[in-house]
Amino acid sequence: MIAELGQFLLVLAFGVAVLQGTVPLVAAMRRHAGGMALAGSAAVLQFLLVAGAFACLVHAYVTSDFSVANVYHNSHSLKPMLYKITGVWGNHEGSLVLWALMLTLFGAAVALFGGALPASFRARALAVQGLIGSGFLAFMLFTSNPFARLDPAPLEGQGLNPLLQDPGLAFHPPFLYLGYVGVSIAFSFAVAALLEGRVEPSWARWVRPWTLAAWSSLTVGITGGSWWAYYELGWGGFWFWDPVENASLMPWLATTALLHSAIVVEKRDTLKSWTILLAILAFSLSLLGTFLVRSGVLTSVHAFANDPARGLFVLCFLAAVSGGALTLFAWRAPRLAPGGLFAPVSREAGLVLNNLLLATLTATVLLGTLYPLGLDAVTGDKISVGPPFFNATVLPLAGILVLALGIGPLLPWKRGDLAGVLARLKFVAVAAALALLVGLWLAGTGPLLSLIAFAAALFMAGGVLSELAQRARLGSLGPAAAWARLRALPRGAWGMTFAHLGLAVTIVGIAAATGFGEERLLQMKPGDRVSLAGYQLTLEGTSRVAGPNYVADRARFLVPGLPAMEPELRRYDAPPMETNEAAIANRPLGDLYVVVGAAAGGTVAVRAYWKPLALWIWGGGLMMALGGLISLSDRRLRIGAPLRRAALPPATVQS
Amino acid sequence: MRRLALTAVLLLWGGTVLAIGVDPPLPDPAQEARAQALAREVRCLVCQNQSIADSSADLAGDLRRLIRAHVVAGDSDAAIRAFLVARYGDWVLLKPPFEPETLLLWLGPALLLGLGGVVLWRRQRRPGPPPAAPLTPDEQARLAALLDPDRP
Repeated sequence: MIAELGQFLLVLAFGVAVLQGTVPLVAAMRRHAGGMALAGSAAVLQFLLVAGAFACLVHAYVTSDFSVANVYHNSHSLKPMLYKITGVWGNHEGSLVLWALMLTLFGAAVALFGGALPASFRARALAVQGLIGSGFLAFMLFTSNPFARLDPAPLEGQGLNPLLQDPGLAFHPPFLYLGYVGVSIAFSFAVAALLEGRVEPSWARWVRPWTLAAWSSLTVGITGGSWWAYYELGWGGFWFWDPVENASLMPWLATTALLHSAIVVEKRDTLKSWTILLAILAFSLSLLGTFLVRSGVLTSVHAFANDPARGLFVLCFLAAVSGGALTLFAWRAPRLAPGGLFAPVSREAGLVLNNLLLATLTATVLLGTLYPLGLDAVTGDKISVGPPFFNATVLPLAGILVLALGIGPLLPWKRGDLAGVLARLKFVAVAAALALLVGLWLAGTGPLLSLIAFAAALFMAGGVLSELAQRARLGSLGPAAAWARLRALPRGAWGMTFAHLGLAVTIVGIAAATGFGEERLLQMKPGDRVSLAGYQLTLEGTSRVAGPNYVADRARFLVPGLPAMEPELRRYDAPPMETNEAAIANRPLGDLYVVVGAAAGGTVAVRAYWKPLALWIWGGGLMMALGGLISLSDRRLRIGAPLRRAALPPATVQS
Repeated sequence: MRRLALTAVLLLWGGTVLAIGVDPPLPDPAQEARAQALAREVRCLVCQNQSIADSSADLAGDLRRLIRAHVVAGDSDAAIRAFLVARYGDWVLLKPPFEPETLLLWLGPALLLGLGGVVLWRRQRRPGPPPAAPLTPDEQARLAALLDPDRP
C-alpha cells in the first residue's frame, strides 16, 4: 500500500513538473502574472510530492518489504539499520529518487528565496527546472520504477554490495547529487537569461549563491568519495581516474570556471556569453556523467545498473537538454552586448586565463574518458586510457594554473602591472625556489615531480597570503590597524583565501603521499616484525571473527606507542564477496595503512604502507568547500540580491 | 634457453598466489622497481579499471609474476610491453601508445589550449569601439571655460 502511494506521488509529481515546465513559459511570453506565479507554487508542490515518494521508499527499506523488487534486490533483513536507510540510494532506481529529491529541493528553494528576482525571469528559470524535473521523473516512471512489486514476495533480500556497506554511502552520494543538481540552477538561470534576452551584472549576482552552494557540495562529495575509496578499497589509492570519478570531476572543473567567470560578469559586465555557455556546459557534463554511469558504456566500479534502454533514454534527454540550450545560445548569445574592455594584464585577464586552463582541463578529462568509446565505434580498436595518460596531460595544465593562481589575485581590475606584482612576490618566489633547491639537495634523485609540486604550492600559498596582507595594508599600517582591516574584510575575500589555501594543502598532500610514500609487501608469521617509516609493526596473531552479516580473518599488529592495528579480510554471504578492511593509524606526519590477505598455514600476506600527509589531501578539499560556504555567508550576497536595477534600460540588447 | 629460464622463474614464484596481491619481491631492488613500475601501467583485464599492481584478482597475480620473470630474464620494458600487447592487444596498456590512432588523444589537450589562446589573442586584437570624435572648437571652448581656475 505504501509503495503504491509512493508511485502515485511520483506520477502526480510528474504531472506537476510538466505544468511547471510549460505554463509559466507561455505566461512569461504574454506577461500574464497569474501564469508566472504558478511556477513558484508548482515548484514547492513538486518538492513535497517527491519528498513523500522518497519517504515511502525509505519506509519500504526500513521495514524490509521484499515484495518491492528494488528492496529485494538491494537489501537484507540482517543488514544494520544505517545501511538499510543508505541502501535506498545505493542502487539505480533509488539514486534516481534521491536525484529528483535534490532537484526539486533546489527548485523549491528558488521559489521560496527567489522573491527578489524579476517575475518573468523567475518564472522562466523555474519552468526550465520543471522541464528537467519532468525528464527525470519520466525516466523513473517509464524505465526504472523504484516501487515495482514482486509476486510472490520473497522471504529474504539479496543484500547490498559489501563495498557499499559503509558510512561513506551515507554522505558521498547525497553531497555529490546536491552538487550535480545544484548546477541545474545555474543552467536554468542561463537559459532564462537567454530567453529574456539580456545578461547583466545582477544576473551574476543571482546565480552566484546557487553556484557556490552547488560547488561546495560537489567539492565535499568528491573529497568524501576519494577518502572513502582510500580507506575502503584497500589499496591505499585516493584517485583512480575511473570514468565515474572523471564524470564528477568534469562538472566540478566547469563549475569552478563558472564561479570565476561569473565574478567578471558581476564586477565588469563582460565575458557574458562565455559565462552563459559555461553554465550550460557545466550542467550538460553533470547529465553526461549520469549517462555514463547509468548506461554501462564504460566499465567502472560505480556502474551498478547497466541497461541499454536506460542509457538510450538518458542520451536522448541529454541531447534534448544540452542541444536545446546550445541552440538557444547560438541564436540569442550574439545579441548580448560585449561589455567593458580590459588590458592583457589585469584581474580580468587573469580570470580569463583561469577559465582557459580549467576549460582545457575539463576537455582533457572528457577526451580521455570518451576516446576509447569513440575509437571503438569508429575503428573497432580497443584501447585503455588510464592514469598514466591523465597524469601526463592534467598535471602540466594544473601546474600552470597553480602558478597563475599565486599571481592573479594580486592584479588590479582593468589594467595591471605584472612587473610590480612579481616584485611584490619576489620573496615568495625566492622562498619557493630555495625550497625546491633544498628539497633536491636532501632528496637527491628523489621524486622530482613532488618537489616541484611542493614549491608550486608554496609559491601559490605565498601569493594568496600576500594578497591578504595587501588588503590589510600590513606593510604601511601597524599590526593593530591591519588586524582591524582584516576583520572588516568581506566574507567573500576570506572565502576566496580559504579555498585557494585549501588547494595548496591538497597539492602538498598529494605530492607527499605519492612521492614519499613507503610500501612493504610481505608474508608474516605471528611474532614477525616489519619496520616502516620508523614504526615497528609486530604481528601478534590472527583470529576469525563474526560480524553481523560477514565472517572475517582479523590480524592484530602491535605498534609501540600506538593502539593495536587490526586489519580484516571480510567474507560476506549476501551477496558473496570478499573485501579488505584496512587498519589505518592517522599520525601527525602521515598514515600507517595495513591490509591483510587470507591467513593460511600460519602465515598471512601483509601490505603495509606509509602515506605521508595523506590527511592533507582531504583536509584541503574540505577547506575549499568551507571557503565556498564562508563566501556564501557574505552579507553582500544576501543584501545585494534585492538591489536589482529595475530602472536599467534594455540597452544591453542590440536588435 | 630463454624460454626454459622463464619457465623456471615462473615455477619458482608459482607457489604463492594470495588474495591481496602480495608476491615475493625480486632480490634485486632495481629490477623489482622496474617490475612494479610496469605493473602500474598494465590493466587488469578481468577487473574494472584497476592496474595489475592494485588488483587482487588471480589473473593480475599471474601477470605480475610474468612481468617479474621477463624482467629477470633481461627483457627491456619495451619488449615486455610488446609481449603483453601481442597477447592481449592495446587494451592491456593503461597508457595508450602514441600512434596515428591516438594522435588526437595525445595532442588534443595542447591543441585545445593553443586554440583557446589564439581565440583570446584575436579577441584582444579586435578593435574596440571606435574612439570618440575629437571635440569641436565650440566644445573645446566650453571645456576650457569649465576648467578655468579663475572662473568664479
